[in-house]
Amino acid sequence: MISYVSHMLVLPYVVGDVVLFVEIRWHGRGGQGVWTVSNLLAVAASYEDKYVQSFPAFGPERSGAPVLAFTRISDEPIEIHSMVYEPDAVVVLDCTLLGSRAIVEGLKKNGTIVTNYEDEPSKVYGVIGVEKGEYRIYTCPASRLALEVLKRPITNTAMLGSLLKALPIVKLESVFKAIEKRFPGPIAEKNIELVKRAYNETQEVK
Amino acid sequence: MAQTIPHVPPEKQLLLNVNGDEAVAYAVKQSLVDVVSAYPITPQTIIVEKFSEFVANGEVHTEFVAVESEHSAMSVCVGAAAAGARAFTATSSQGLALMWEILYIASALRLPIVLAVVNRALSAPINIHCDHNDAYGMRDSGWIQLFVENVQEAYDTTIQAFKIAEDENVLLPVAVNLDGFFLSHTLENIRILPDNVVHEFLGGHRKLAKTRVDYLDGEVPFALNPACPLSIGPLDLYDYYFEHKMHQVEAMKHVLQVVRKVNSEWYELTGRKYGDGVLEPYEVEDADVVVTVLGSTAGTVRSVVKKLRREGKKVGMVKIRMFRPFPHKDIAELLKGVKAVGVMDRGISFGSYGQSYLEIATALYSSKEKPLLVNYIYGLGGRDASPELIENFFKELIGIAEKGYVEEEIRFIGVRG
Repeated sequence: MISYVSHMLVLPYVVGDVVLFVEIRWHGRGGQGVWTVSNLLAVAASYEDKYVQSFPAFGPERSGAPVLAFTRISDEPIEIHSMVYEPDAVVVLDCTLLGSRAIVEGLKKNGTIVTNYEDEPSKVYGVIGVEKGEYRIYTCPASRLALEVLKRPITNTAMLGSLLKALPIVKLESVFKAIEKRFPGPIAEKNIELVKRAYNETQEVK
Repeated sequence: MAQTIPHVPPEKQLLLNVNGDEAVAYAVKQSLVDVVSAYPITPQTIIVEKFSEFVANGEVHTEFVAVESEHSAMSVCVGAAAAGARAFTATSSQGLALMWEILYIASALRLPIVLAVVNRALSAPINIHCDHNDAYGMRDSGWIQLFVENVQEAYDTTIQAFKIAEDENVLLPVAVNLDGFFLSHTLENIRILPDNVVHEFLGGHRKLAKTRVDYLDGEVPFALNPACPLSIGPLDLYDYYFEHKMHQVEAMKHVLQVVRKVNSEWYELTGRKYGDGVLEPYEVEDADVVVTVLGSTAGTVRSVVKKLRREGKKVGMVKIRMFRPFPHKDIAELLKGVKAVGVMDRGISFGSYGQSYLEIATALYSSKEKPLLVNYIYGLGGRDASPELIENFFKELIGIAEKGYVEEEIRFIGVRG
């Protein structure tokens, strides 16, 4: 009997004939590299022999407008070709999007929210508009880290590092490989440094 | 049953992370194409943009001709193919509509051109998203029409298309259809063959058929060549036109067999196959209810079938991979004994039904045991076909199978009002 895992808490302990199938939704604004980071995660997972899909919420991208991208990762070929309606995790690249209901829409019960956020951790529930205990929430000061490392407020790779702290679905090394393939040398190096720092500075809100 | 070991096992195939457009471009790159002609502006796709990079980098020998319209793009392909070249172009929606006039010439001249159609809705209103009305618009043009489900199949089918088109019993142009955005802009990881394996699969460059010319009292290659002049497509009135159309009718009859053969060869080579190449049934044998579908939605439907099967529901699906020529007999055979069939169409012939419904209704007319038939029109202009939407009409069909009659033959699903 094959059981389908959609809940993250058991993921680090996936063994035997349990099939991994994860759906992630990325929230950001046009120009922040939302689709790029979705692709980076998919490519990284493909290096670990997973089947992957990555696609944007289909539409012409407008700079600054809220945009979505989706990543699917599975042990088996991915047949489904529709949007993601009930993600296991959402990643928020831009903290000004946090108040929107779109963030938690369809998110599985006890699903994971990973967000760029640097204020008092206990306030994050109010900002997102959810009760404590509804979801697992992780925060990362991604904007500050991106400014320090890249000297630009581009938070996509930082939030990928942050996601991997919350959900160890792929190895950091695979992400580094994907980044090295996507960006030229010095830019790749900076982004890898940013992923590491974001990974280390991500905390679960207790 | 013995497992076929592919000649090129998966570990010898290169892993590529690409979207559907790039997968097609990569397939064309490996297919020793002599001429690619394209109109480079909207509604063009990334296919020719990516391919033009290969040309600029000197990675292919292909002559890339950028033209001023899709009408010209297809005209260049016709000229190139008539001169013996392997020719390719790609387009979408309104671009395909603008090619329409020349599509008929390509097929009637028996030119094995391959065209990638990224399926997108036709204007008006302006829409850049997926539906199949663009492809259905070329239904009667004499082209072979294949539809793919995922990025891997887009790659595989593009290579297969050249082999099908150039088969000496076929010699017809092939359109490879992939869903706009759902495949064209979705990154998936696929396995690709080494270049030399693709070259070998296609038998190298295009081989020309022979044709008899009276002035030499012998055979010459069927291509425009000043050394042995030929006329192709001259005036042909009621004296011979009808006979020439019969040649197209005959050529279409050979296609099913060739598509099946190429699908089997591909399976032996790569370990991948798509049903028999024409239809891809899933869980149909004991099913009471079956849904038919084209394109990327086939995968979503299959995942719903799996879910409903786990709940003990006797449901199945058939992916229609080839729409022209339409496999009427095969589908009638598959649907024998099924109680209710839902035909999904991402398009509509206004004032009639969805285009694949018309085919399936035709196919079933002579069947002794006719299933109840419902046409589900879905996803126009890129509206998403969610698993929930599909599951709902599966349940509706189960109800219809139980009741034994159909109230509405055509249903519009996922639409307001």
